[in-house]
Amino acid sequence: MTSKSKTLPAPLTLPAPRRLNNAWKLRLKGLALPVLIILVLEFVVRIGWLPSYQMPAPSDVALTLSDLAEGALWKHISASLLRVLLGFAIGASLALVFAAWVGLSREAEAYLEPTFAGLRSIPSLAWVPLLLLWLGIDETSKIVLIAIGAFFPVYLNGVAAIRDIDRKLVEVGQMYGFSRARLVRRILLPAALPGLFTGLRSGMSLAWMFLVAAELIAATKGLGYLLSDGRETSRPDIVLAAIIVLAVLGKLSDGILAGLEKRFLAWRDTFNGQSAED
Amino acid sequence: MTEHLLDIRVERKTFAATTVLNNIHLQLNPREAVSLLGPSGCGKSTLLRIVAGLEKDFQGELRNNAGEVAFVFQEPRLMPWLTVEQNIGFSADNQYDKAWVAQLIEEVGLGGFAQALPKALSGGMAQRVAIARGLYSRPQVLLLDEPFSAVDAFTRMKLQDLLLQLAERHAIALLLVTHDVDEALYLSDRVLVMDNRPSSIRQELAVDLAHPRDRRDPLLARLKALSLTELQRAHVI
Repeated sequence: MTSKSKTLPAPLTLPAPRRLNNAWKLRLKGLALPVLIILVLEFVVRIGWLPSYQMPAPSDVALTLSDLAEGALWKHISASLLRVLLGFAIGASLALVFAAWVGLSREAEAYLEPTFAGLRSIPSLAWVPLLLLWLGIDETSKIVLIAIGAFFPVYLNGVAAIRDIDRKLVEVGQMYGFSRARLVRRILLPAALPGLFTGLRSGMSLAWMFLVAAELIAATKGLGYLLSDGRETSRPDIVLAAIIVLAVLGKLSDGILAGLEKRFLAWRDTFNGQSAED
Repeated sequence: MTEHLLDIRVERKTFAATTVLNNIHLQLNPREAVSLLGPSGCGKSTLLRIVAGLEKDFQGELRNNAGEVAFVFQEPRLMPWLTVEQNIGFSADNQYDKAWVAQLIEEVGLGGFAQALPKALSGGMAQRVAIARGLYSRPQVLLLDEPFSAVDAFTRMKLQDLLLQLAERHAIALLLVTHDVDEALYLSDRVLVMDNRPSSIRQELAVDLAHPRDRRDPLLARLKALSLTELQRAHVI
């Protein structure tokens, strides 16, 4: 070989054990504030500075939660989860289709974008009375409302993601004479993926928000129903328990999306914050 | 006379009201290295894009007897989500020829980096990958648009040598656009000095020097003086 290859730096090896350690340390740091708040609340309620009919002690909330877990809680959770997933799936997939369409075609943008911009400026909760009139108070109206909530963030981020793609990368595909479909599959879709994930994650969080809105208004089961039930029966512990469950479910669903994002977008060369030790 | 690989005649190329290229005729022979030398914005990149078929709106004629023509851009333009290996075989989707890709990786001096992502590469290494990607289709002509302008001077020299080696080994003709007089003279058999806008070819300098060349060769220095004079006359510098 006449190859004149020069010595290149060895591939980066990550110091794995230290990283693991750091991850735990970061997690502990994140726990510090919530634990402190819980302790202070428990103390303040127990010594009677706050009346417990307004702010139950954290330990009481935990008891309520475990009581609920033996009875109706799972029914409420599964009802809410089903609504969110269905609504999100419908809203997000429609949004992805329209985002791809508008993002890829100037023609489609000219036709569709003004309408979507108009619809977007309607605060989504304003749809509630109309949905109740049209679809009644059963499942359909709730799922449609959640779908509307999930639609716009996914749509907006999707279009922006496609329009943000580096023209220079697209040109590489054109250079090779890629067909439209191949260009989409090989360059446009992977390049737009970071923006799409941002959209999906904010769509998911809006889906939870609209779930609560829908269930607060009219429902016989679900976490939103649990919230309003707790208010009507003057049980702040039930309200707080429902809030905690909502937070956990929201965090879990976002965590799943974040995990997928991390998996699919490991190639990104991005700034990920500086640790205190640096 | 042997058949030219490429025969390009551009009567006129305009962007809106500005004429960018005017009356250019240029041929590329097998295994030849030709440089287009001129200032930024003189239209030499446009000329290269015409040759590559990326620019189709011009008056003139492009005759291509070369078959496969590959392009190396000014920036590496690697797909950041693909590994080095997948980037090199990009044009063949996922059915790329693994053995050929592995050989190219060795040839551009990136052994051990097949599975690396572009974010782990330096500018010079990324440009090596881009060159390997250009070579994947086994082209007869490699078009290069200021390929080394974004790397430091030492990396540039290394990459220039690498390019010459690869062109020699795979019998590839090079058509290179550059604004670096030394680079043009070091790499090419012919240097075409471009006029300012609307640009045409002002002068053709033959660099009659065998490879491998010595960068300190007095002939290169003489030719450099000559081309600088031409560029000055063209009010480029």
